[in-house]
Amino acid sequence: MTGSLHLWLIPLLPFAGFLINGLLGRRLPKALVTAVALLASLGSFGVVLINVFSMLGSIHMPASLPVVETFGTWINTGALHIDFSFVLDQLSIIMLLVVTGVGFLIHIYSVGYMAHEEGYWRFFAYMNLFMFFMTVLVLAGNALLMFVGWEGVGLASYLLIGFYFQRTSAADAGKKAFIVNRIGDFGFLIGLFLLLANFGTLTFSEISAKLAANPAWTGGVLTAIALCLLLGAAGKSAQLPLYVWLPDAMEGPTPVSALIHAATMVTAGVYMIARTHTLFDRSPFALGVVAIVGAATALFAATIGLVQNDIKRVLAYSTISQLGYMFLGCGVAAYSAAIFHLMTHAFFKALLFLAAGSVIHAMGGEQDLRKMGGLRNKIPITFWTMTAAVLAIAGFFPFAGFFSKDAILYEAFQHGGSGKVLWFVGVVTALLTSFYMFRLWYLAFTGESRSHDVRPHESPWSMLGPLSLLALLSVVGGWIGIDRFGSFLAPVLGEVGNSATAPGGKQLDIMLSIIAVAVALIGWFIADRLYRQKPDSPARIAAALPTGYSVLVHKYYVDEIYAMTIVRPLLFMSKYFLEWVVDVGLLGGAAWMLAGSATLSGAILQRWQSGNLRSYAAWLAVGAAALLVFVFVPWSTVLANFGIHLGMAGQ
Amino acid sequence: MAWRGNEKVNAINPSILTLILLLPLAGAGLVMLLPDRGKLPAWITLFISLITFGLTLHLPAYFALGQHGFQFEINKPWIDSPAIFYHVGVDGLSLWLVVLVGLLAPVGVLASWNAIKERRKIYYALFLVQQTAMFGVFISLDLMLYYGFWELSLVPMAILIAMYGRKDGPKAAIKFFLFTFIPSAPLLVAILWLYARTGSFNFSDLQVLIASGSLPATPLAWVALAFLLAFAVKVPVFPLHGWLADTFSEAPVALAMVVAGKLGLYSMLRFHVGLFPDQARAIAPLLIALAVIGILYGACLALVQRDFWRLLAFAALSHLSLITLGIYGLTFTGWNGAIYQILNHETIDASLFVLLGVLEIRYATSQIASYGGLANKIPRTATLFVITSLAMIGLPMLSSFVGEFLILSSTFTGVSRGLAIAATLGVILSAAYMLWLVQRIFYGPQGALAASRPPDDLRIGESAVLWPLAVLMLVMGLAPSLWMRTIENRVSAIHIHQEGQR
Amino acid sequence: MNPTLGHLLQQEIPLTWYLLLSAVLFCLGVLGFLIKRNLITVFMSIELMLNAVNLSFVTFAHQWHEVKGQIFVFFVMMVAAAEAAVGLAIIIAVFRARATLAVDRIDLMKL
Repeated sequence: MTGSLHLWLIPLLPFAGFLINGLLGRRLPKALVTAVALLASLGSFGVVLINVFSMLGSIHMPASLPVVETFGTWINTGALHIDFSFVLDQLSIIMLLVVTGVGFLIHIYSVGYMAHEEGYWRFFAYMNLFMFFMTVLVLAGNALLMFVGWEGVGLASYLLIGFYFQRTSAADAGKKAFIVNRIGDFGFLIGLFLLLANFGTLTFSEISAKLAANPAWTGGVLTAIALCLLLGAAGKSAQLPLYVWLPDAMEGPTPVSALIHAATMVTAGVYMIARTHTLFDRSPFALGVVAIVGAATALFAATIGLVQNDIKRVLAYSTISQLGYMFLGCGVAAYSAAIFHLMTHAFFKALLFLAAGSVIHAMGGEQDLRKMGGLRNKIPITFWTMTAAVLAIAGFFPFAGFFSKDAILYEAFQHGGSGKVLWFVGVVTALLTSFYMFRLWYLAFTGESRSHDVRPHESPWSMLGPLSLLALLSVVGGWIGIDRFGSFLAPVLGEVGNSATAPGGKQLDIMLSIIAVAVALIGWFIADRLYRQKPDSPARIAAALPTGYSVLVHKYYVDEIYAMTIVRPLLFMSKYFLEWVVDVGLLGGAAWMLAGSATLSGAILQRWQSGNLRSYAAWLAVGAAALLVFVFVPWSTVLANFGIHLGMAGQ
Repeated sequence: MAWRGNEKVNAINPSILTLILLLPLAGAGLVMLLPDRGKLPAWITLFISLITFGLTLHLPAYFALGQHGFQFEINKPWIDSPAIFYHVGVDGLSLWLVVLVGLLAPVGVLASWNAIKERRKIYYALFLVQQTAMFGVFISLDLMLYYGFWELSLVPMAILIAMYGRKDGPKAAIKFFLFTFIPSAPLLVAILWLYARTGSFNFSDLQVLIASGSLPATPLAWVALAFLLAFAVKVPVFPLHGWLADTFSEAPVALAMVVAGKLGLYSMLRFHVGLFPDQARAIAPLLIALAVIGILYGACLALVQRDFWRLLAFAALSHLSLITLGIYGLTFTGWNGAIYQILNHETIDASLFVLLGVLEIRYATSQIASYGGLANKIPRTATLFVITSLAMIGLPMLSSFVGEFLILSSTFTGVSRGLAIAATLGVILSAAYMLWLVQRIFYGPQGALAASRPPDDLRIGESAVLWPLAVLMLVMGLAPSLWMRTIENRVSAIHIHQEGQR
Repeated sequence: MNPTLGHLLQQEIPLTWYLLLSAVLFCLGVLGFLIKRNLITVFMSIELMLNAVNLSFVTFAHQWHEVKGQIFVFFVMMVAAAEAAVGLAIIIAVFRARATLAVDRIDLMKL
């Protein structure tokens, strides 16, 4: 390949869109704002597509990747040298296609969804800002530039969650998202410091090269680095124990939930682990932790998802749960499978959120599942796209989710003895997933309408178009198959175990697939029993198990536990110990002593300055007299009489 | 760059520092001579400060990279006995600080524009004297001259706080005065001791003499301590910050934005680490510990403040402690980061002061709880406030990130991993208190206070200050090399000096 | 004429007597300054002290045949005159402001 790929265009087009809409949007007509925002994200998508197609046309494609383009130096001081460098390789191509492609679809959808909102221009400015940071994150050739995108998407997420900032809950949720992400970023930063200390560089390719040059280097500090990076990834991808911000993030407009909190930003953690997988590969312990975190999160979030009544919160917990699958995949070193699931998940989860947005739109803003029902005939297109997404996430053949979830579960099963446990957790989660997705589906679309004061209406085509496209992708997105997908990514992520070549792999793969589909069917069946055939039974079950139900409804009280153990003690200590005891008491007291001694000595000396003329004169006279006495008294003689000899001590 | 031959430039180079130093003083004289009528003193001061700022820009434009030692130097005998010289000059360390003082002067004038309504003449005259004093501190290379400017920087400040402060101004002024004047007395004694021993106030001569080891060690340690104490109070370093919160909440905005930080931090680098490298190395562990405590302590206290000036004060304590950490980590990268971070911190702080000043003038209170829901009423203020807050909490691409990253990474690799991790925690907390502040002021439903007044967004003068500062934050975050090149120039000189000591 | 008296008159009066007188006058002035309440009296006490000093100046000038002492007396008298002018003006101003000349009550160190 000759000539530049102009990778800088990919992030900078959305950034230009952000600047135009952010600075001038208030005064621009709505159509122009729309045009700028859509063109910016379309342009970005277009540049990615052109690059991909030009490479597909080239025979030497595998050899020509990765392409590194550097656009000047960012920081250069001492030993530290950080460039603005972008890398295009197989991994970033996949991510870019997902981010810009799904991003563009969601932009189109937003035109319809946000049409009547007050801060229309502001919304699109933030969306473009997000696209900018996300593409920077994906393209970054070194960890610090990735961190720029990393924090940047956090910022965009903060701004978009708090889009309805006049609602206290929205502003709170934005703040919570940013701060919890910051805790993760703390880990990321420490990881960067450790990388700097041990590798002297933050460039991914150099780190990989150094690792490759030292094949014996495992564990130890690499484990520490990997765990720090994992903390960062867990913050961004809403894994245990830092997942708490994502459900609250549903306060943002629904397209935001679809783009940022389902399809792209939250998968950045998975992307980061895949990007630095050479480090994780050297630390079996860290990988084990990744797998356990992933599996635990998948199961944990799925259980909470069972009882949520807000349609978006159900989806939020399912996102956390699916991200757990991806972490599980990373943890068993099946990075390709994780990225595969990331891609299919982006399709069907974006679709789920957009369809949910369409439902909410139809219901006039109502998000409570208990007040929906019977929407099937009223919004048929939304219904059918939603159905495709539900089947995809539940893992039915031949929908996209089937292939990617299957790939992860297969890899987990193959992963030694502990892998069987991970696989089992994954299967249970699949059961739960299938159940709560069909629960949502039944509650929203079947039965009788449970609220009579709204007249549901189908959404405009700007919303249905993206829905249909994503529905198509949710169906066919997995057909490429993990084998071809994995071999495409192999230059970056290394070879994956190929079920077709492993001995007995094919049979095992088919058997595991059958189990997974069977489990999904069981989940559907239970949902069908509970929510279609006997709609009163869920309430009875809840009444029969009050403790369990209330624990789930309160999301295991995790927010409350964090408040009790971290937030309140910190504020309490700051307020009462640090401020009152230390600052006011000790340090203020010391300053008071200082000032007090000055005041006291002043008060004593002030007596002299009475203003009374005669006292001055008297002091003058006394002073003069004293001086006279001092000068004229023959001190040496007088003192000698008392036996004291001045200047002749001892004689 | 050299627009009309080199002769003109060469002609102005030797006198540029004197011009910068004396122009504000002359301006103060002018303000005093002309009548105190309307906004006349403010206009004159604005004019003078803009010209001065323009002059300070001459320095980086004609600064010779790669040339060690001081530039634009003047060294003329001033008083024969004791031998005090008018010795001024800049290097990479002080260069941008001089420009920073120049930049913040018009910012300060515009911040005072509507805030100061009476006795403008004295206010602006003292304001200009204060400018001269700060320039003097940064360019003086004669210790006695330096001390003179150091003291001069305290006096107008104390008077201005007392006369133009909020209701408890005089009290805060006394506190400020007590805290900063008492430690500067030992500083004078220490300078005089050095003179008595060496017969010189010259910075470079003293640097060589002290490095040669000809001075007795024990008194020298005390001398270094006296230097450090005076600077540490002015920064302030952790247990000595008692004056900060009161001064921030009582002083006029234009003064509060320059009172803390750069003077003390610069002096630490130049006159403590630079002059007494061995003593600095001996006491560095203590200062590193205090700095880390200060970072976390300031952040924790900022979380629970009810008054936004006090919140800003503790936030400043936290951020200034981070810079102190960078200085006393005694690493090359740390110094680079520290100097750069001084610039970042001061611009961000100035911007926040102006913004909060805008709010206080409009709504007449600094109690955070009274605010709420202002974002819709004054969107431009809200936007700038958010940008500045993000810069403050070290969002990458905005200015603070680079400095913080350099300081923290150098601490991590060169000093102590545990302390670096603790310091990084403080950076996390900064997001908590700043975003909480943003939320309580701008977000949520409109409070009674917001509803009580008609919308009154940024005026033209305020926008003229704040937007350039915001752009500056972005540029400083994206292209730190513009500044770093010249900063490194000097820091490498300190470093070589320190290396020679090992 | 009483020869004794004439003898006495012809005789030089010893230095001591002049100095004693001077000292007594000075002490009277000091006492007056300290004891008296009226500002004018206090002022006069100051004059008394000045003149006591003048006396000793003259005495020594006569004794040592030095003119310097007498010159000093002129200086002192001039200062006293100036002081009287300024002082009385201040006293009048004080009296106008406070309607009293009692020194005890003029202790604010301002008008």
